[in-house]
Amino acid sequence: MAEAPVLDPFVPQLYRIEDVRRELSDIVTLQLRPMVGTRPPFDPGQFNMLYVFGIGEVPISMSGDRRQAAFVHTVRDVGAVSGAIARLDVGATIGVRGPFGTSWPVGVAEAADVVIVAGGLGIAPLRPAIYEVLANRKRYGRVVILVGSRNPKDLLYRSELEDWRRRLDVDIEVTVDHADADWRGNVGVVPGLIPRAAFEPRDTVALVCGPEVMMRFTVNALREAGVAPERIYLSMERNMKCAIGLCGHCQFGPTFVCKDGPVMRYDKIADIFAVREL
Amino acid sequence: MAGLERVVGEHPFFAGLPAEYSQLVAGCARNHRFAAEQYLFHEGEPANEFFLVRHGKVALEIHSPGRPPIVFGTLGEGEIVGASWLIPPYRWTFDARAVEVTRAIGIDAACLRRKCEADHHLGYEMMKRLLPVFVKRLHATRLQILDVYGKS
Repeated sequence: MAEAPVLDPFVPQLYRIEDVRRELSDIVTLQLRPMVGTRPPFDPGQFNMLYVFGIGEVPISMSGDRRQAAFVHTVRDVGAVSGAIARLDVGATIGVRGPFGTSWPVGVAEAADVVIVAGGLGIAPLRPAIYEVLANRKRYGRVVILVGSRNPKDLLYRSELEDWRRRLDVDIEVTVDHADADWRGNVGVVPGLIPRAAFEPRDTVALVCGPEVMMRFTVNALREAGVAPERIYLSMERNMKCAIGLCGHCQFGPTFVCKDGPVMRYDKIADIFAVREL
Repeated sequence: MAGLERVVGEHPFFAGLPAEYSQLVAGCARNHRFAAEQYLFHEGEPANEFFLVRHGKVALEIHSPGRPPIVFGTLGEGEIVGASWLIPPYRWTFDARAVEVTRAIGIDAACLRRKCEADHHLGYEMMKRLLPVFVKRLHATRLQILDVYGKS
């Protein structure tokens, strides 16, 4: 894919929505194509600023395969801008700035076991990393994917999870907080799956994304299992505005989540991770 | 008995238990095989026995009238099912159902309580194993009720 020319990071580029997939009642996945040229390359874990004209701009992680020609974003309707994005139809125009931020360490994880822990919508930013690992499966040791959801009907990317489950070279476990008796899978919180998973903790790289409370419990479970703090990576979320570390809205201790994150190594933020004022 | 003693000793819950205590526990143990959908116990029944899962999966359920049962937890290989046998009035507070064929070691609760009362070192060994399990489950329950995946 040809690289786009260097663009002013403050100027949104025009993209057209070429596909809309309604995942859940409040979650959609959009495919975006640039109206001119090709999209810039990105790494799994990075995000774009999506701009609905006249309403506003929000940071949304990539959720598609980087080999795909379009940008893919999965958006949950939680506010004015994300709600407006979730209501856009095929053919609509949207502004895009990006890609921005740090990425999942899929290269660092080569030859190691990879444990991917996703909670709720947290599977969306992890999905490009999963595509990457599965596309280069032989380069990794064991691959464990642990997914938590509120209940079975809120499970995101369900058909894809089933496809991955059919692979013999991936261990995938899904758990929900509550279920009825028809659910054959696990019930309980996603950190509870970690002690049951088969991986070599000293030779594991863990990628974690979900609500911050869930990530704190997951880090504890990974640490207890023996995974070193420098081998645990989290995708952080803060109020990002400029996306290039200038405005300070997303300051997290001495770091800016938009520039030094969103993917951060746990040992580098361990001291501030549980500080509530941050 | 030698077979059961080995099975008890090999279960992760009893990892590191001195051999003489494995023997004492095995004296209260028996093997179970539950078919899929078979209940291990029901709410309100006497908690006469608790279970160490060897293979399979057990769903913990709560019923409310006119509604399908709600599953609030599942337990699998290496885990322990049931705490109500530890505290009076020794009655189950939920249902436990085998989701799939499940093999478990059942421990006679009154037998083990008696042995723990007679030998407090055994009782302490049991508490050292049980307490972390229940504290972890308490923490997990806290996370579960926070509804972290809902819209905040």
